Amino acid sequence: MLRVLTPLLALALGAALAPAPVLAQGGPLRIVIDEGVIEPLPFAVPDFVAETPAAAELARNIARVVAADLAGTGLFREIPAQAHLARVTNFASPIQYSDWKAINAQALVTGAVAVDGSGRLTVKFRLFDIYAEAPLGDGLQFGGSSANWRRVAHKVADQVYARITGEGGYFDSRVVFVAETGPKNARQKRLAIMDYDGANVQYLSDASSIVLAPRFSPTGDRVLYTSYQTGFPRIYVLDLASGARRGLDDQPGTMTFAPRFAPDGRRVVFSLAQGGNTDLYELDLGSGRRTRLTSAPSIETAPSFSPDGRQIVFESDRSGVPQLYVMPASGGEARRISFGQGRYGTPVWSPRGDYIAFTKQHQGRFHIGVMRVNGSEERLLTSSFLDEGPTWAPNGRVIMFTRESAGADGAPALFSVDITGRNLRRVPVQGAASDPAWSPLLP
Amino acid sequence: MTTISKTLMVVAALAVAGCSNPDRFGSGSGAGFGAGAGGSGYGMDGLASDPRSIAYFNQTVGDRVLFAVDQSTLSDTARTTLDGQARWLMDNPEYSATIEGHADEQGTREYNLALGARRANAVQEYLISRGVAPSRLRTVSYGKERPLEICSNESCYAQNRRSVTVLAAGAGV
Repeated sequence: MLRVLTPLLALALGAALAPAPVLAQGGPLRIVIDEGVIEPLPFAVPDFVAETPAAAELARNIARVVAADLAGTGLFREIPAQAHLARVTNFASPIQYSDWKAINAQALVTGAVAVDGSGRLTVKFRLFDIYAEAPLGDGLQFGGSSANWRRVAHKVADQVYARITGEGGYFDSRVVFVAETGPKNARQKRLAIMDYDGANVQYLSDASSIVLAPRFSPTGDRVLYTSYQTGFPRIYVLDLASGARRGLDDQPGTMTFAPRFAPDGRRVVFSLAQGGNTDLYELDLGSGRRTRLTSAPSIETAPSFSPDGRQIVFESDRSGVPQLYVMPASGGEARRISFGQGRYGTPVWSPRGDYIAFTKQHQGRFHIGVMRVNGSEERLLTSSFLDEGPTWAPNGRVIMFTRESAGADGAPALFSVDITGRNLRRVPVQGAASDPAWSPLLP
Repeated sequence: MTTISKTLMVVAALAVAGCSNPDRFGSGSGAGFGAGAGGSGYGMDGLASDPRSIAYFNQTVGDRVLFAVDQSTLSDTARTTLDGQARWLMDNPEYSATIEGHADEQGTREYNLALGARRANAVQEYLISRGVAPSRLRTVSYGKERPLEICSNESCYAQNRRSVTVLAAGAGV
């Protein structure tokens, strides 16, 4: 899908940890996310050039999606088209840097779109560092079906984001979640999937039984979830390409929930309740062999693997209130990592391995927070009546979660926030939605 | 049709009947049947004045017990209610029961599922200790998925931290 357009010399990005949160004039175009950016970087994305008549509308729409992706991070601010002095009518023409400098654009994305007779889409783009008066990285070309134009736009935006932040992108990704309708005491829930930005919603189940907490496989091809299809909570796996689904553990007298894939995609860790006690188990998807990982009279739930697959972080109330623990992936002695006041739950290991996101309940409020994997540097990112269930963007720099409002008319919605606690925003989904799970970056 | 689905059909039928148990709707729709299931069951729970009816069990014996925050221990009030449930179940062996465990909305989804399982189990064990055959009882946790009361303060939360003993025709599972 991707090839280098022209072997333009990539601009050296300078010291990897440039302290300036926003480009100093003449310095390298660079945003360091960990530093907590205060002022977004101004950029311009003029409409892409339509190189075939059929591409006119797509050329406009793709540029809009690229701009929305970048502005949506809170790290960038778009300079709107009506402020532009220059027009880009030919992708190959030289850039008039002074025209962009005059409106304070620091980054410029130009592109061209062609659609051939069979509906195949080709998108080229270039990124320019206006103050350096030079391209930033090579021009690239993406191809795809024109029906997938949003994905192509997200791929362009991912490249721009990655070049400027030095982080991996996350726009070409999907989110599986639970779409909710109906009153609070008779809520109907359906599995649904959408692009990360709320576009292209599709339903994966009907509303005939409660479904909870879907989770992507490491390659994004399958989804684990919990359903009350039999009248009792049970874990299932759904193959997204075929739509086939199967129950994973059906022992009479038990309930299973909170499933999550191991990084190898071949094992699943989950909670099993039997006789009122909930412990953690692992299931080998190939052999169906079930292994018990914890044996305690307390509640053990919400397990999540470290990205190297060697450890599991989970929630347990063995100390009296729910706290976070880390144990070897094969079970064994667990080490408590949360020590602050309040109750900790739903820990999720970042795909980068550097943080654990969690839900915290303290003094009647709920928070989404992050801590280092040893429990240090706890940082609360949000606060509301009910925030829960964090999920990581593929680059480990943004978290999506459920925020539910209070009262009889209360309803859940999806929100996202970055790991510095900035850029809290509602993910635009029609209707009530909960339990988001972010896919890996799509291939 | 399996015993489980029979149980669910009855629950759904009660929902449609819409008598004095509005909460039944929640359980029924959550248990795997869409709206309109079991429409022929109108009036199946009978008259509350008939001591052998489900309506009598639900209203007079009391089909639910409440729990303190985060707790699954049975209060004296709860034990009294469950003593009555056990007596009724032993007098009416043609019924089996599913014990639903529920939690209020304070707490994460996963933890509340586990907490609901604890509560349902506490009730099940108590009923067994009072002589009800284990084969007649099943448990299910709904966590915070099926609140009975929908306000967001303690007056509602207290009603939602509950177990509900849902009867079904059929001697056991």
